[in-house]
Amino acid sequence: MKTIDHYLGQHAATLLFAFCISLLLGGNLSMPAHAESAEEKGLRIARDADAKEHGFGNYTAQQTMVLRNKHGQESHRKLRVKILEVLEDGNKSLFVFDNPRDVQGTAFLVHTHKEAPDDQWLYLPALKRVKRISSSNRSGSFMGSEFAYEDMTSQEVEKFTYRYLRDEPCGEMTCFVVERIPTEKGSGYRRQLVWFDQDELRAQQIHFYDRKDTHMKTLTFQEYTQYLDRFWRSSLMTMVNHVTGKSTTMTWTDFQFQTNLSDRDFTKTGLKRVR
Amino acid sequence: MLHRNALSRIAPIAVLISGAIFDSNVCAESDIFFDFSGKISIENRWFPQTNLYKHQSHHASGFVFEPEFYFENAEGWSFNLVPFLRYDSADSRRTHADIREAYFLLFGELGDDEWELRIGVDRVFWGVIESNHLVDIINQVDAIEHIDLEVELGQLMAHATWSGEWGVAELFVLPHHRERTFPSRDGRLRSEFIVDEDHPTYESSAEQWHVDFALRYSHNFGPFDIGISVFDGTSREPAYIPRGDLILVPHYEKIRQFGLDAQMTLDTWIFKLEAIRRSGAKNLSLEEDDYAAFVVGMEYTFYSVFDSSADFSVVGEWNYDERGEDATNIFDDDLFFAIRYALNDIQDTTFFLSLMQDREHSTNILFLEFDRRLSDQWSMNLEGFHLINADEKDVQIYPIRRDSFLELRLNYNF
Repeated sequence: MKTIDHYLGQHAATLLFAFCISLLLGGNLSMPAHAESAEEKGLRIARDADAKEHGFGNYTAQQTMVLRNKHGQESHRKLRVKILEVLEDGNKSLFVFDNPRDVQGTAFLVHTHKEAPDDQWLYLPALKRVKRISSSNRSGSFMGSEFAYEDMTSQEVEKFTYRYLRDEPCGEMTCFVVERIPTEKGSGYRRQLVWFDQDELRAQQIHFYDRKDTHMKTLTFQEYTQYLDRFWRSSLMTMVNHVTGKSTTMTWTDFQFQTNLSDRDFTKTGLKRVR
Repeated sequence: MLHRNALSRIAPIAVLISGAIFDSNVCAESDIFFDFSGKISIENRWFPQTNLYKHQSHHASGFVFEPEFYFENAEGWSFNLVPFLRYDSADSRRTHADIREAYFLLFGELGDDEWELRIGVDRVFWGVIESNHLVDIINQVDAIEHIDLEVELGQLMAHATWSGEWGVAELFVLPHHRERTFPSRDGRLRSEFIVDEDHPTYESSAEQWHVDFALRYSHNFGPFDIGISVFDGTSREPAYIPRGDLILVPHYEKIRQFGLDAQMTLDTWIFKLEAIRRSGAKNLSLEEDDYAAFVVGMEYTFYSVFDSSADFSVVGEWNYDERGEDATNIFDDDLFFAIRYALNDIQDTTFFLSLMQDREHSTNILFLEFDRRLSDQWSMNLEGFHLINADEKDVQIYPIRRDSFLELRLNYNF
């Protein structure tokens, strides 16, 4: 799960690159080589944010979700998350459910692909059965929460087209506001607006617009912590559904980067071994 | 009573075995991870129609206890123990205990590949089809648990896996045979014959200790998940030899079975196939009859229907067995239609409705299921099994024509 993975960027590297190009061309450092279109700038921001993530290798974390309906009634979910970086294709993700207890031990494996539909398998421990499931479920609710499957799986740059909209203050910082449109059919969204802070290219907020272009949900990212002096992770994400009045708070704990996870933990055989 | 006995017998074994593999670490250091979980269910079954055979009752209540003990060391190697106990008020044979799982799991690297070894009692499932488990053969079915034959008895085995970019190869050595479970005289869902499960006969002179082997290769690429398998050993499915007028004796023969299972997952469509070729088994007329059987199926899902997060799936499958009338199961030539409506809500509410239609006979069977979570720890299932019509010539279904039932199960998951 790396809802946030690719929002992180490589601002410094970009500046350095621009500097070198400028020196080579003997041009003026402060001026871009050509006027960038809104689409190009949007894509550049997304790519820079993604490039900031390169090299995390893998990580594990614990996740707690609190689901609230509009009357304030709560329901809890607990799961473990394992993510493997795949350089040449999309990342691999594994979710293991601990709570509610009736789905304890159920595991969900995703092989994300940049250009093709994702591959997904579900392990059902009671039947000892691994089931390949369609990735067309992406607009569906993840464990009854306000997060859809497509919000949970790896958000590869290639899964959207982009358009830079504006700069806007966000808290104490300034944010790029970028519009992105899902390229794969079956998405529940017509478009999303992402606020990236200009300091570190971290997603601060996402507005989700449904197929009818209604502003359906807002996701806010809080409590960012930097790991290995490089990788920023939010440990508090809140998704509010403006249509239903429901919300889900997702709390992340126990982040561990560059563990001994390998490709072998993300296979169907590895899936059957999961606890 | 049985419950306490079963557990007191198991617990010391678990401690001994885990102690053996994890050495003194158990006490010395706390790098052994231990987890205890499981499920207790209370169950009620109602059979509204008058019983066909004496002693059968209209109602059965009972409970199921299935705890799980898990030990794992620092390398991730583990020992898993899952005892099982059922009590049934109406059927003395449905009251039974089993060791579903008691295995060591070891794994490691092998160059770019990986090996895995499971030794002990385990359950293995192969296949993709909803209505029938044609290819699945490693474990005996705990047939008395459910007529869908989905629940498996624990099987003693050594199961070695070697996997890599090229796929997954598995070898199974199965030194012991489990006998199928059957209803008692008092139980419902039985024929006019009583199966003498205590005195089975075997083709092999080693009887239940004949060593069976199985091999499987499986791989997934793009939208495909495929598996090919071969099993050589004592059949899990018995032939029934009459003894006197009212007794059938299960007879287990040596068979060889080749299997193929495949699934293609394309967007909202899923296409499925299972096929077997079995030799060495007796047919319903008790003649040795080599045969082929297959099931083809497809599933289409409408995602996020009615502007909600609910999914609606339609399933269609066709079962065919070339033995026809002589087939030893009910899937000789049967169509299966099902719908699944999953609300994807906080309670994970799911409805499932299926209809099995025999193409040779006028038999049709309706099956209904409703599942819902009640809280973090409680959940419920409601099941209905209804024989809309049982053809007189359908010798496997006709004897249970009055055994439609409704079952309510309440589960406490811990």
